[in-house]
Amino acid sequence: MIKIENIHKWYGDFHVLQGISEHINSGEVVVICGPSGSGKSTFIRCINRLEDIQQGKIIVEGKDINSPETDINQLRAEVGMVFQQFNLYPHITVLKNITLAPMKAKKIPKKEAEKIAYELLERVGIHEQAHKYPAELSGGQQQRVAIARGLAMRPKVMLFDEPTSALDPEMINEVLNVMKDLAREGITMIVVTHEMGFAREVADRIFFMDYGKILEGGTPEHFFKNPQHERTKLFLKEIL
Amino acid sequence: MHWEVVQKNMVYFLLGSYPHGPLGGLGLSVLLALGGIFLAFWIGILFGLMRLSKRWYVRFPSIIYIEIIRGTPLLLLIFWFYFLVPVIFKKPMPEIRTTLIAFSVFTGAYVAEIVRAGIQSIPKGQMEAARGTGLNYRQAMAYVIMPQALRNMIPSFVNQFVSLTKDTSLAYIIGVQELTRTATQVNNRTMNAPAEIFFTIAVIYFIICFGLTQTSRYLEKRLSYKTSGRMRQRDIVELKDNSEAS
Repeated sequence: MIKIENIHKWYGDFHVLQGISEHINSGEVVVICGPSGSGKSTFIRCINRLEDIQQGKIIVEGKDINSPETDINQLRAEVGMVFQQFNLYPHITVLKNITLAPMKAKKIPKKEAEKIAYELLERVGIHEQAHKYPAELSGGQQQRVAIARGLAMRPKVMLFDEPTSALDPEMINEVLNVMKDLAREGITMIVVTHEMGFAREVADRIFFMDYGKILEGGTPEHFFKNPQHERTKLFLKEIL
Repeated sequence: MHWEVVQKNMVYFLLGSYPHGPLGGLGLSVLLALGGIFLAFWIGILFGLMRLSKRWYVRFPSIIYIEIIRGTPLLLLIFWFYFLVPVIFKKPMPEIRTTLIAFSVFTGAYVAEIVRAGIQSIPKGQMEAARGTGLNYRQAMAYVIMPQALRNMIPSFVNQFVSLTKDTSLAYIIGVQELTRTATQVNNRTMNAPAEIFFTIAVIYFIICFGLTQTSRYLEKRLSYKTSGRMRQRDIVELKDNSEAS
């Protein structure tokens, strides 16, 4: 479903992504971890082209996302994204945050879009907050709204960029639980996170990134019990 | 002191020779300012957005326009339109229209900068989130960025309006019957009360401009939505009440 072929990216002289090749299957949950500055966020931001790559290819559902013929808006509708800082729209209600893209990008009628939104809010457990403004919610609730907003476009893949890093400790679990539910429902997910408990529980594969490369990738079993790379061992020692 | 001069001519200061003749005085000043700011608003949005374009051939004309206007006095701009338009189009343009165009073109450049700053003040994540859900650039701008940017722009925008209201007095120079000109006319005719007349005029300008800044302050408060870092006035009052009660 997602094919990544030897991608490279530079910020000026800085070589952020140094040749990543991977294959991610439909329904797979992939967790990416690694020290900060290793390129994990940049990597997943390339998958919906919030960042451009300078070399290599990313193919999502058979479409080369960097090709000029690809309709990038349509592609992004199929690849939902959840950010570390939630990035909800502060000037409109929770409900409108969720219905905006379906109504404007997909031209879904308002009634139907709202019905979908209420269903999603129910799913993430905060349907009673629909008419509040984002700043009236707690961080955990805001992030759940952001997940609902991402799901409203019925994406085939969801990208999570450190979704719990900006949350107070007591709110992390409510977000992780929503994500676990999603994983069980079979949505393809790529998650950048430091939550190793989450990785162990729901990941099909874990990638360890450093220096702009995927140094090691495998099942949680393999990753936690039998890491091959020195860097991975060191990282796991630090974090566990 | 000859305050009766002011008293006798008050209606003339406020409305010119209206309703028997064309509108003048304060009425015309306000109309010029309103018309100018209205046109400048749209000019400003257009050039502000162009200024932010990634394409140099869109951005460049906007930069040139903004910098030229910001680097030249408004009075000169009025002269340009006044003296150049008849040369180019072989027929003169009415003075009021000349000044209105000069005001719009002049203020438009400043509004363009306000628009640019307003848009740039919105965190990058807003655009990313909007584009990330599949909205195109135009939709993201229209539904996510602009509504927030416009709110942030209100104080600067009202400032610009206040400036323009005062600058309408420059239309005096090409004979437009606005407030300042009506004052000089009355002064030339009566000769005995310049201090009273120009003091009155100053007070009138002040009342209008002060009223505007106050309105802007009120609007700012009313339109501010709850954001994580910023509290609404009401919440602050509630907080105070609570802490006093406890």
